[in-house]
Amino acid sequence: MTDARPLADRAALARIARRRRGEAAFRTASMAAVVAAVAMLGWLLVTLVGSGATAFYQHVITLDVALDPSKLDPTGARDPAELQKASFRPILQSAIYGRFPEATGRDERRELFALISVAGATDRLRRMVRDDPALVGTTVRITAPVSDVVDQLLKGRIDRKVDATLRPVSDRQIAWIDALRASGEIKARFNATFFTATDSRDPELAGIASAVVGSAMALAVALMLAAPIGIAAALYLEEFAPKNRITDIIEININNLAAVPSIVFGLLGLAVFLSFFGLPRSAPLVGGFVLALMTLPTIIIAARSALAAVPPSIAAAALSVGASPVQAVFHHKLPLAAPGILTGVIIGMARALGETAPLLMIGMVAFVTEIPSSLTEPASALPVQIFLWSDSPERAWAERASAAILVLLIVLGAMNAAAIFLRQRLEKRW
Amino acid sequence: MVNDTALKLDVGRKFSEAAAVGGAVIDLAAAKAEEKAKFVCRGVRVHYGAKEALHGVDMDVPDAGVTALIGPSGCGKSTFLRVFNRMNDTIPGARVSGSVLMDGADIYAKGVDPVLLRARVGMVFQKPNPFPKSIYENVAYGPRIHGLAASRGELDAIVEGSLKKAALWEEVKDRLKEPGTGLSGGQQQRLVIARAIAVRPEVILMDEPASALDPIATARLEELIDELRKNYCIIIVTHSMAQAARVSQKTAFFHLGDLVEFGDTRAIFTNPKDQRTQDYITGRTG
Amino acid sequence: MTTLGIFLSLIFESLRFFAQVPPLDFLTGLQWSPQTAMREDQAGQSGAFGAVPVFLGTLMITGVAMLVALPIGLMIAFYLAEYAPARMRAAVKPAVELLAGVPTVVYGYFALLTVGPAIRGFAEAMGFAVPTQSAVAAGAVMGIMIIPFISSLSDDVINAVPQSLRDGAYALGATKSETLLRVVFPAALPGIVGAFLLGVSRAIGETMIVVMAAGRAANLSANPFEAMTTVTVQIVAVLTGDQEFDSPKTLSAFTLGITLFVVTLILNVIALIVVRSYRDRYE
Repeated sequence: MTDARPLADRAALARIARRRRGEAAFRTASMAAVVAAVAMLGWLLVTLVGSGATAFYQHVITLDVALDPSKLDPTGARDPAELQKASFRPILQSAIYGRFPEATGRDERRELFALISVAGATDRLRRMVRDDPALVGTTVRITAPVSDVVDQLLKGRIDRKVDATLRPVSDRQIAWIDALRASGEIKARFNATFFTATDSRDPELAGIASAVVGSAMALAVALMLAAPIGIAAALYLEEFAPKNRITDIIEININNLAAVPSIVFGLLGLAVFLSFFGLPRSAPLVGGFVLALMTLPTIIIAARSALAAVPPSIAAAALSVGASPVQAVFHHKLPLAAPGILTGVIIGMARALGETAPLLMIGMVAFVTEIPSSLTEPASALPVQIFLWSDSPERAWAERASAAILVLLIVLGAMNAAAIFLRQRLEKRW
Repeated sequence: MVNDTALKLDVGRKFSEAAAVGGAVIDLAAAKAEEKAKFVCRGVRVHYGAKEALHGVDMDVPDAGVTALIGPSGCGKSTFLRVFNRMNDTIPGARVSGSVLMDGADIYAKGVDPVLLRARVGMVFQKPNPFPKSIYENVAYGPRIHGLAASRGELDAIVEGSLKKAALWEEVKDRLKEPGTGLSGGQQQRLVIARAIAVRPEVILMDEPASALDPIATARLEELIDELRKNYCIIIVTHSMAQAARVSQKTAFFHLGDLVEFGDTRAIFTNPKDQRTQDYITGRTG
Repeated sequence: MTTLGIFLSLIFESLRFFAQVPPLDFLTGLQWSPQTAMREDQAGQSGAFGAVPVFLGTLMITGVAMLVALPIGLMIAFYLAEYAPARMRAAVKPAVELLAGVPTVVYGYFALLTVGPAIRGFAEAMGFAVPTQSAVAAGAVMGIMIIPFISSLSDDVINAVPQSLRDGAYALGATKSETLLRVVFPAALPGIVGAFLLGVSRAIGETMIVVMAAGRAANLSANPFEAMTTVTVQIVAVLTGDQEFDSPKTLSAFTLGITLFVVTLILNVIALIVVRSYRDRYE
């Protein structure tokens, strides 16, 4: 009280006002950062949904096709093998030309034919004839996907107002498409192909089936390897290992491995499994091995902390009634730690499912048109499929890639939700 | 709004100062009543969430000297201490009701900036908490944020003066650039006092300042408190009744969130009026 | 266990590479064009494996990423640790961490098809041409990916700063931001540096975003708006497709791989030590 006190004079009040403004600015900035991060997440999701949701439906064209025996079966033998070899292209051409008889020029007809997914339609016709050779000579009604360009136009992804030379569809084609759409010959329907078909050179026929199966196989292999080994390693390190330099080094090692770039695991897989052991390239088996290596540290760390979270009193109680240390661990600690361990395993698997780089290394980038039926056949994986589709220039591929990402994110979301659910149950326990 | 109330605070203080020097004050009776009281507390209650930690405390803290708050653990004495500089504001869920007048101005009035209040009411904590910075920076921090020094030279003077008042200058004058965390516990606690003094407060709150110190450091700290009371109003929470008896002129005994007894330290220790106070100081309850 | 396996196999392949390409050329050469070397396999390929442009590209993209991630991540940590009410915190923290759960290939797609064109469009509106694949696009998106690493770790670290330090500052009449910036932040700095290093190691090792959005040509340039390549991109570029196992081209990928491994390992170890010593200081 001796000093003259300058605190609440006008200068101090001006200063406090300035400081309060600084405070408010800082607080706002920190909130802005949160908003920015959440907005980015939102932008990402909106972009994905915006560009990917349309891939879940597809436009199809209904056509009456005359199965002209003179073109399909010139010999008249109706030999199924011969029929399968026949070219269905000409009869498909006649069908669409017949729909628009006014198109006569060579260019006009080429453009007209380009409306249909040729591979999709001929494939359908070939299968119909294979199932029932008697159809030859009759006229059948088929429903086939339109070509990807038409599909994109109808989904509004190609701007009609752009100058005709700058867009992949001509004015003539737009007129035909509108006519077919108006008459109901072209209509939209759920895109089942996307889930049942394999990769294809034509976007309208491409699907994620082979990639999903490939991912599932690789994940199954990874799970079978990583879960038991990881849990065993965690049990050993947490419960039985002596605390000494070596276990110390191992522990640091495991922590570091969790942060090693995933591509390095891919290189390891390439060098060890492919080059040294000579396992087949592109196989889900090898993919699973690599993913298992990658997820091991995650699982070990999660399992250890789950085990450590079980109160020691429980093990002590078991020991006090005469259980051996091994029995105490397996009968009491392990079951109690199970939800935590499971959470770790699920999170590890979710990470493995989204992983792309190491799979590129071991060649799981093959163009796969067959659903793989064994672990050593070439396969793709969902994220790799996304990578491949994203790299293709046509718009329709980007749409497919977005849709595949949505599928991937939904699966990942479900896995993480399961992990969170388990974690909450675990937390309620004590 | 902020400015108004802060100004009012200021006016209130000037008013009581004027009264203290005997200047011409119109409402002399009111000024007289507040003359000796730095803080006038009426019905102060503190809630942490749903739990009430203080059940309505009425107390006048004198302007001069050391007031000790004693009582068993959890009695609310530290909570009460934190009422004076609104430190309870920083605890989520804490609510303070009732009125606390400092020099006649309500420090809980709407618009009072706790930041300005805390510049006038310094605080020293149980565990010495120097910032992880140099000794110099620790002391200079307060003057800097409050803009108390116009130049480097002024700041140096404030730091030196504060360290001298805290009886630490001789020990640290050659190593002002060294980290404050490198000092001994007793030195750290004096450093923290210097840090509080540097802002030129009127009041210094001390929350069990000696509980983490050894007996020799404690003795030095008590000497310092005795020195400081000439210039500052000091409120100290202590666990040790001996300490309260040694350093304070007034003592308040708290029990289970109630102020049980308040009066001259000598009277409380020699002739307690309340049975609970008696039990506590004779060691029957702890 | 596995570390040893990785290390041995990479060392082994690298030694074979260095048997064919002098290490000095690899570390200081300014030209990187493994494709050329493939054709002139027998020639000396002097300079064809100069990794400097690759390292610089990595550095540039990592720099851009950290420029995005560090301020945003830190500010989020500040908000979460000091300002956010409990309920807000419970909602925001998982939302931000979702960013870390998105597969990197998704970010790559996002960078390639959304952010890249957006940056190009913006640059064109400003009057200069920028390719869709650029260090900025890849770096910015990578930065988004790294935000949660920085914010989560920094949040933990800031929360570990003892309350007594905050009380000390508040009692002196410091405002929240003054306390945060001048007391809490310096106290938490070692831990934040650790988080930063982990983020850098993450950025260096990230593959898919750069493969898709940064370009493949090794480009010695200081302009972040140009296409650039990184260590990981080159590994992928060299190793996708069929190849024999002892060409210098393939072996170069392993050498890049071990460089990557060693650098990230060092960063991780330093980060772990820094964080651990920090935790020890405040119990």
